[in-house]
Amino acid sequence: MLETVWFLLWGILWAVYFMLGGFDLGLGILSPYVARSDTDKRIVYNTMGPFWDGNEVWLITAGGVTFAAFPTTYAVMFSALYTPLLLLLFALILRAAALEFRSKVEGKSWRKTWDVVLFLGSFVPALLFGVAFANIFQGIPIDADGNFHGNLLTLLNPYGLLGGVLFVLLFAVHGGLWLAVKAEGDLSVRAGRVAGQLWMVLLIVAVAFLAASWFATNLYGNYIAYPWLWLVPLVTVVALVTTRLFMLKAAWWKAWFASCLTIVGATLFGVVGLYPNLFPSSLNPAYSLTAFNSSSSPLTLKIMLVVALIFVPIVIAYQTWSHFLFRDKVTSEDLASDEAY
Amino acid sequence: MDVVMLSRLQFAVATYFHFLFVPLTLGLVLLVAIMETQFVRTGDEEYKKMTKFWGKLFVINFALGVVTGITLEFQFGTNWSQYSKYVGDVFGSLLAIEATTSFFLESTFIGVWLFGWKKLSPKAHAACIWFVAIAANLSAYWILAANSWMQHPVGYVIRNSRAELTDFWAVLTQPYAIWMYLHVIAGAYILAGFFVMGISAYHILRGQNIPLFKRSFRMAAIFTVIFAVAEIGIGDIHGKEMMKVQPAKAAAAEAVWETTKGAPLYLFAIPDEENERNSVQIFGIPKLLSLVALGDANAEYKGLKEWPKEERPPVAITFWSFRLMVALGLFFAGVSIVAVLKRNKPETSPRLLKLLVFCIPLPYIAAGLGWTVTEVGRQPWIVYGVMKTADAASNLAVSQVGLSLTAFIVVYAALGVVCFWLIAKYARAIPEPASAPGGADFSSAHVVAADK
Ligand code: HDD
Ligand code: HEM
Ligand code: HEM
Repeated sequence: MLETVWFLLWGILWAVYFMLGGFDLGLGILSPYVARSDTDKRIVYNTMGPFWDGNEVWLITAGGVTFAAFPTTYAVMFSALYTPLLLLLFALILRAAALEFRSKVEGKSWRKTWDVVLFLGSFVPALLFGVAFANIFQGIPIDADGNFHGNLLTLLNPYGLLGGVLFVLLFAVHGGLWLAVKAEGDLSVRAGRVAGQLWMVLLIVAVAFLAASWFATNLYGNYIAYPWLWLVPLVTVVALVTTRLFMLKAAWWKAWFASCLTIVGATLFGVVGLYPNLFPSSLNPAYSLTAFNSSSSPLTLKIMLVVALIFVPIVIAYQTWSHFLFRDKVTSEDLASDEAY
Repeated sequence: MDVVMLSRLQFAVATYFHFLFVPLTLGLVLLVAIMETQFVRTGDEEYKKMTKFWGKLFVINFALGVVTGITLEFQFGTNWSQYSKYVGDVFGSLLAIEATTSFFLESTFIGVWLFGWKKLSPKAHAACIWFVAIAANLSAYWILAANSWMQHPVGYVIRNSRAELTDFWAVLTQPYAIWMYLHVIAGAYILAGFFVMGISAYHILRGQNIPLFKRSFRMAAIFTVIFAVAEIGIGDIHGKEMMKVQPAKAAAAEAVWETTKGAPLYLFAIPDEENERNSVQIFGIPKLLSLVALGDANAEYKGLKEWPKEERPPVAITFWSFRLMVALGLFFAGVSIVAVLKRNKPETSPRLLKLLVFCIPLPYIAAGLGWTVTEVGRQPWIVYGVMKTADAASNLAVSQVGLSLTAFIVVYAALGVVCFWLIAKYARAIPEPASAPGGADFSSAHVVAADK
């Protein structure tokens, strides 16, 4: 029971990270295409200014919870995915440096360099998260001791790459909508337009991914066994379509919220399909790491549950407050402040 | 080199680098919070200028502290998977709880503080920096409790072929963890205090905005002297705890080979590990070691020969790191006492001011040395008495870890240079005097800095 609760919480933590981290990663990906002048660029940076660090803590927590609740999975997953994970971490490190350092110095080449870093530092994690999760859905070649039999190229298989592209598109649309909400004038219009164009591609890739999952993974097993679970993918698809409907009405806030729901739904679709596996083995199902064979002791799970039940609602409350505080558009007047990025 | 050695090097690079930024975050945030509180209480614009000036340096430093922490959090899984499997039940929860209780608070409110100057009332704004200060100083407790558990595991049993938690409270409140926390925090405050004194001294020497920097100097001098003097006592008790839980480390830190009653303390020695003796040892003070470490001048001090060779930590590194850290600690106490005596008229002692500028890097060195004593002195154990470092690593290819280690060195070196260059650039900027007409904004410092 406790294991199942933690499995679900684990999935929710990743979903929330993708929902929140997703818009700032997506903004970084879109920035070269929508932001033309230095002012545009600074607006892009400042729309994520108060949030990106708080968003990233969801990732740290997801990692920490994997360690605490499922230590064996943490150990095997992170060492099996060694190279992609380190690439991802370096990308995130450099990206944070770009956010913090870019506007602290005048000078074209300085700023250009960090703009490139922001793009790569956003694109690479988005892609690798997708590749990693798609491969997990599919199963990873690990043996009974959790040793990985493969290399980076093993992970870059067609289904894995499709997952990567899916994540990049999900985040890019999400980031575009955020910018449409937060910027003014031309920049906002451009961001909305690009998000609309990318949405079309996203739709195609999402359908392809759902179809490919049928052949490449066992994700649908749980849905067939418990048909009421189809609600999860259903809500996701409805949210994806609704996103577009709100975009057509230029209701950007609503579109962004619908996109949030899409991302959460897409993540949970995978997580629910995976249950009770956390890290399935493609060599032999018996080697798979599950919520039950890789979990911590009941005492640890209980202590953590108490902490989570007390603190996560508090976190959600103050993060919501901070979003409310910075709900306004970022204007050129904000850029004049000496604290602005 | 094998995977274990490469992983150790990589862990060392990543943690030392993280700890270049951590102590300044811990200490400076507190000073900035005090400055802003003074501004709110008195309405004196000068305090606001101080908050902004030091706050800017704080933020640049903070960014790198954050990003280098993330790699550490994941490295237990990537490089130390055997370790993570074996002790994750106890160890993992501390990291997860640290993130939930502290990192969220810290990172959300730093964003609000930074971007919320115009959106919040002065009181609410000052409250935000206090949240950051509390969260940062709280986060340190969790991670240090985790590290303490590796130094001295408590509250667990070996069951299901791993360490399982039996007493969470014991893990959190063991005396070793409490003293380690106080010691590291005091060290961090010393570092931040010297940072502020050093930069203020630089400006006072050049006659730039003297009122603001004199006030900063005064505040930092009082702050520093408290912790620099306390650190001697805290360090002493911490040493006694070390003696209790890891006598082999203590023996290495003092380079004592033979078990002796009433052991003398040698100020200088050159340990010779081959021949299990010190090739040179001079300036011995009779019985002092037994007195300091065991609280009794005639007590028996265990020597390294009590342990088989393969269970002894590297002696010379541990010994020298310990000596230098303690020497620096005593030096900091001395300098900060002088500084606090001159706190009202620092401009009359240019020699002291020059010294303080050169002191800025020294607490960084002391903290690094401290971690060396603690971590190298724990070897060959990763969890003292429970698991050897050699058994803890992941099953990775040498090329993988070699490559990632190289990447760490290159990326971190580049980021370190950029970050400290930026800190230096903004530290040299001259904030406009508070009396300037309409002087509500600090943007002029931007201009000055940018022109350089
Ligand atoms: C004594 C203090 C101390 C020590 C020994 C460590 N840290 Fe640290 N860490 C902090 C004190 C700190 C801090 C002061 O709280 C930081 C620095 C900047 C910040 O945001 O928080 C931080 C940041 C920080 C972050 C980013 C948090 C964020 O995004 O807000 C992570 C994930 C870690 N740390 C993880 C670790 C791990 C896994 C460590 C051990 C190997 C470690 N830290 C050692
Ligand atoms: C930030 C301050 C820290 C520094 C500077 C530091 C430094 C080091 C160094 C130099 C080593 C290598 C020792 C050797 O191989 O001889 C090491 C190893 C290690 N430390 Fe720390 N450490 C710090 C904090 C921590 C904390 C807080 C933890 C755990 C919570 C930790 C866990 C480890 C682990 C798992 C290893 C690898 C195994 C080993 O080589 O001993 N360290 N650290
Ligand atoms: C004044 C005299 C000092 C004494 C007697 C002292 C004593 C000690 C001892 C005994 C340890 C090792 C504990 C263990 O591994 O079990 C230690 C570690 C350490 N010291 Fe010091 N220290 C002093 C000053 C300082 C100063 C000034 C700083 C930093 C500015 C510092 C930073 C550290 C750090 C970061 C550690 C590693 C973490 C820990 O184990 O607490 N120390 N110190």
